[in-house]
Amino acid sequence: MRRLVLIAVPYLWLLALFLIPFLIVLKISLSDTALAIPPYTPTLDLGAGWAGVKAFFTGLDFENFWFLTTDELYWKAYLSSLQIALLSTIMTLMVGYPIAYGMAQARDEWRPTLMLLVILPFWTSFLIRVYAWMGILSREGLLNQFLLWTGVTNEPLTILNTDTAVYIGIVYTYLPFMVLPIYAALEKLDESLLEAAEDLGCSRASAFWLVTVPLSKSGIIAGCFLVFIPALGEFVIPSLLGGSQTLMIGKVLWEEFFNNRDWPVASAVAVILLLILIIPIILFQRNEQKQREAEG
Amino acid sequence: MAQTVFEPWEDPDQKPLIQFRNVTKRFGAFTAIDNLSLDIFEREFFALLGPSGCGKTTMMRMLAGFEAVSEGAIYLSGQDIGPVPPNKRAVNMMFQSYALFPHLSIWDNIAFGLKRDRLPKNAIGDRVSEMLKLTRLEKFAHRKPHQISGGQRQRVALARSLAKAPKLLLLDEPLGALDKKLRQDTQFELMDIQEKTGTTFVIVTHDQEEAMTVASRVAVMDEGRLIQVDTPARIYETPTSVYVADFIGDVNIIEGHGTKSGDGYDVTFAEGQPVLHAKTSRDLGSAGKCYLAIRPEKVSISAEKPEGKTNLVKGAILDIAYLGNLSTYHVKLASGQIIKAQTANTRRIARRDLTWEDEVWLSWTETAAVVLES
Repeated sequence: MRRLVLIAVPYLWLLALFLIPFLIVLKISLSDTALAIPPYTPTLDLGAGWAGVKAFFTGLDFENFWFLTTDELYWKAYLSSLQIALLSTIMTLMVGYPIAYGMAQARDEWRPTLMLLVILPFWTSFLIRVYAWMGILSREGLLNQFLLWTGVTNEPLTILNTDTAVYIGIVYTYLPFMVLPIYAALEKLDESLLEAAEDLGCSRASAFWLVTVPLSKSGIIAGCFLVFIPALGEFVIPSLLGGSQTLMIGKVLWEEFFNNRDWPVASAVAVILLLILIIPIILFQRNEQKQREAEG
Repeated sequence: MAQTVFEPWEDPDQKPLIQFRNVTKRFGAFTAIDNLSLDIFEREFFALLGPSGCGKTTMMRMLAGFEAVSEGAIYLSGQDIGPVPPNKRAVNMMFQSYALFPHLSIWDNIAFGLKRDRLPKNAIGDRVSEMLKLTRLEKFAHRKPHQISGGQRQRVALARSLAKAPKLLLLDEPLGALDKKLRQDTQFELMDIQEKTGTTFVIVTHDQEEAMTVASRVAVMDEGRLIQVDTPARIYETPTSVYVADFIGDVNIIEGHGTKSGDGYDVTFAEGQPVLHAKTSRDLGSAGKCYLAIRPEKVSISAEKPEGKTNLVKGAILDIAYLGNLSTYHVKLASGQIIKAQTANTRRIARRDLTWEDEVWLSWTETAAVVLES
């Protein structure tokens, strides 16, 4: 009985916070728009009894999903999102790995401070931090002022409202998610393994590639998924830092919901996005499980 | 045919494989190794023995190249290895933690060093198979380190460090993580493998029994210095200091006043006790404070006063430690000293006549005790 309760808690949690919202969105995606509150039909009318339920189900169709294939905006937005998410994940890895490595190499008494510095940005609002980047990246911003002052450029650069700004924003925002799992993996690394590699004829550099990198693989994979998954559906960063030509599915979703008030199409976009995300999420879960087994 | 005894250290023509020349190692203000010189010869199984913090691991890490000497030099086959980085030394190390690569199979762990030398594929394969056979690990070649037992992991670590056929193999507490029974079996296995491969082994251990069993010579260390370097038998039978006598095995140390007499010393150690006599070729000067070290198994114990013994004392049994094969009697003399005497239990327990509080006589021969300076 106790075991049943223990298992039931997480399942109820998932049911209430994941499955039910998903079913609601799925239902809306199968509906049609309507000038009403809520802005779609059909709605379930339980007062009408069995006939009402029947009318409800016959009112549902896949029209909106079909619509998504007819307008090239949508698949282009999906592809562009995938590209931005993938590239920014790689960039975050390139920036995050050296940081995590440095933290793991640092003296013991320094580590808590460095860890705090990585987490510190979370103490202010994400939105404020993105706005701060607008101040840094704009034509009259800090970065351009600095570049002009040092004489690197004569003209202020246009960074804000381009894809570059989106990449900078994503790398900056998700860096801790990359650094922390890699750091956790590197911190566990036994120093004597590197000595053994050297003893057996490795140079420092090849010991890094043959021992350190493979043994931090699980951290790299976890970090990449933790960046890739939210970056794919990212909406705030492209809409604030990106330009009109920056096409990301999160932005399209927002516009469908709030500008066009087309809830059914917006929901269909969300359902497809979720289906795309399920693949990396499953891979991520499998990686975590494999790692637990290896450690167990 | 008489077998030649392996004693290269007795032969002045032999060139040592490893020479420590006035080596000092400091970590900040702490001196880990203090002006130490030592020769180790080819095919030796050399043990560095001492309590933790005595500098034995530092010696080994300097040989492997993980620590640089502060002063002096270390020579390997006549070449100063100071400037040679660890990955270029013909020295391999078996780590205390084994340091097996957890992401690689047993096969790949053993092949790791060979691959770094860019040997042809089939040469690597042959060498790995040979190592697997030597350590009886053929069945586990494709397992990962976490899928095998501690004893098997120990053998993988040994195979990996032997795979490159080093001139010198360093073993850092190689059997420390094994339980007692397995450790004893593995000791003989190690000796066997050392003999088969002809590699020079230097082993670091704090377990004196292990050092005595496996080594051709043992260096007893304390506080960064060598106290005595000798064969296990000589370390045990003729220690040159109270420290070594006390560190190796069980011993009775009797403090007394020695005067030269004939071929040895007469030692008076307490009022009302007879003068003890010990033969020695060592000269401690005319007279003075000295110590007698007597191994408990060399002390015989009897209920009746034996006839014609030189070193004979009387006491009462205070304690009996029964170890199964042996019994150790703690005998308290009238003057307060406690002397341990050990006898083999060749008879069944019911037939033995000594028990607590019994008055007994202890005796030992003139050659049994070692005279040591204070």
